[in-house]
Amino acid sequence: MAALTVSPRTAEPRTPSTGPRTRGRGGRRIRDNLTAHGFLLGAVVCFALFSWYPMVREFVMTFQRTRRGRTTWVGWHNFIQVSHDPAFWQAWRNTVEFTLLALVFGFALPFGVAIVLNEIRHARAYLRILVYLPVMLPPVASVLLFKYFFNPDSGLFNAVLRVLHLPTSQWLNSAATAMPSVVIAATWMNMGSAVLIYLASLQNIPGELYEAAELDGARLLRRVWHVTIPQTRLILSLMLLLQIVATMQVFTETFLLTGGDGPKGSTTTVVYLIYNYAFNFNNYGGAAALSVVMLLVLTGFSALYVRLSREGG
Amino acid sequence: MPASEPATRTLISPAQLNRPRGRAVYWTVFTVVVCVFTLVFLGPLYWMVTGGLKSTQEIIQNPPTLFPRHPEPGTYVAAWRHLDMTRLLLNSVYYAFGALLFQLVFDVAAAYALSHLRPVFGRAILGLMLATLMIPAAVLIVPQYLTVVDLPIVHIGLINTPWAIWLPTVANAFNIFLLKRFFDSIPADLLAAAAVDGATPAQALRLVVLPMSRPILGVVSIFAVVNVWKDFLWPFLVEPDPTRQPVNIGINSLALNVSQNEIIAGLTIASVPTIILFLIFQRNIMAGLTAGGLKG
Repeated sequence: MAALTVSPRTAEPRTPSTGPRTRGRGGRRIRDNLTAHGFLLGAVVCFALFSWYPMVREFVMTFQRTRRGRTTWVGWHNFIQVSHDPAFWQAWRNTVEFTLLALVFGFALPFGVAIVLNEIRHARAYLRILVYLPVMLPPVASVLLFKYFFNPDSGLFNAVLRVLHLPTSQWLNSAATAMPSVVIAATWMNMGSAVLIYLASLQNIPGELYEAAELDGARLLRRVWHVTIPQTRLILSLMLLLQIVATMQVFTETFLLTGGDGPKGSTTTVVYLIYNYAFNFNNYGGAAALSVVMLLVLTGFSALYVRLSREGG
Repeated sequence: MPASEPATRTLISPAQLNRPRGRAVYWTVFTVVVCVFTLVFLGPLYWMVTGGLKSTQEIIQNPPTLFPRHPEPGTYVAAWRHLDMTRLLLNSVYYAFGALLFQLVFDVAAAYALSHLRPVFGRAILGLMLATLMIPAAVLIVPQYLTVVDLPIVHIGLINTPWAIWLPTVANAFNIFLLKRFFDSIPADLLAAAAVDGATPAQALRLVVLPMSRPILGVVSIFAVVNVWKDFLWPFLVEPDPTRQPVNIGINSLALNVSQNEIIAGLTIASVPTIILFLIFQRNIMAGLTAGGLKG
């Protein structure tokens, strides 16, 4: 970045060969194009190696099986095998459960918090920093912290419940409560960005709209319903789609909290299953088949997101 | 109302707030919000920092103690040594800033080319890049891993090298999108004038475009560093060698052999760099969230 301070004059006098007369128009066009592609080269190579090629390879792999270094074509076998795995359906059920729970907490809660924060006139910076702080922590720190809090014997949560004379919970140790516990931790870790994005969009609502609604006699909740929500509808729907796509890919939280599968497989998610197929069973074809199924499900949501954000941009 | 009052009116009118009843409700809500937020968001961090000062018995004691009875700062020293924090933190810094450098050089150059140099096939390349935004990251993990194990054509393996973390971060369509949109807003006349003065495209980029792009470069840089610092699954797969792991992975893999209070001290140490980064750059981070977040 130090180069920014170089004065423009020093760079000027050289480059005699750039004169337009030394080559024809075509030669110049080719040269300009070469320069431009030179600028593109690094990024294009990285995209090719780490995005485009893996994408193609994924589809190829779904029809292949590799055993002892020999790769054979197996048709739809991987898809059939994967769909007969009971863990496949359980993983999808768990993932959908996680997504729905995470939406209840992770979608409605930040919006409510943002509405309240927007009304508060003091300590605004402090509250904003607090909400966003967990987002900045390394996930291993937040996740292990919650793992200690969830401990049924020595954990903080049960201690608080005991003080309040409320029934305690087994949290991560029981199949019924494991997934909701993961959702609590995940919401704490991630809600900050949603709150700040909502807050920014709330600040763009013209005050006159509230004034007009008030003159029409609309009380608080009616103003939220008839002004706030319609005015932020685009952001709300974009965030909904974004969150569906993000939460369906949950892995780190369950992997660190419960080791991935949890009691009776109650926290096995689709991405964990992909991980298991690839890195524990060495079944890359199966993992690719699982990934493609997931891709098809999520692409619908992503495509909708891209369309909505174009329209509203 | 003090000076911090926002200029525009919000859900609740200033008139309503200034009535005695409005004021009472406001201050009640304000107090509750401040207390709940402090408890919910700072509470766990307080527990983490003090947990690292407690003894091995005190930390699993039931009910937990609010203050450590005999604070033992030595736990932090022991944690630093047993978890090999120097190496883990240095690894994380190395990965994060390497990734930052590659993203700044390659993505800025590409976005500039796509925005102002407009080569043949430029639109197609941009389309292919942006199309990757639609592919959920987790879906590509397996073929990406196999690619890194054995790169096509050159047949080099990147496992256990920093390249396995650095290079894939360049393939970030969101960076390209943000940077190109920003560069598009720089008037073409300005660059044409630079070209008339004899500036090559590289000089125009360095002397005209980059100085104007500080805000967007800040956003891209912060997220580049934070994303690498926070990433889990990818470094977990491509850096299996414990001496090369970033802090996120290293603490977790060593967690079984070290006592609980030392782990917690280690977590505190691991959290400090990003918290400091956040407190320094909070304005840019928050601006970046909304700038980059949602507009298309």
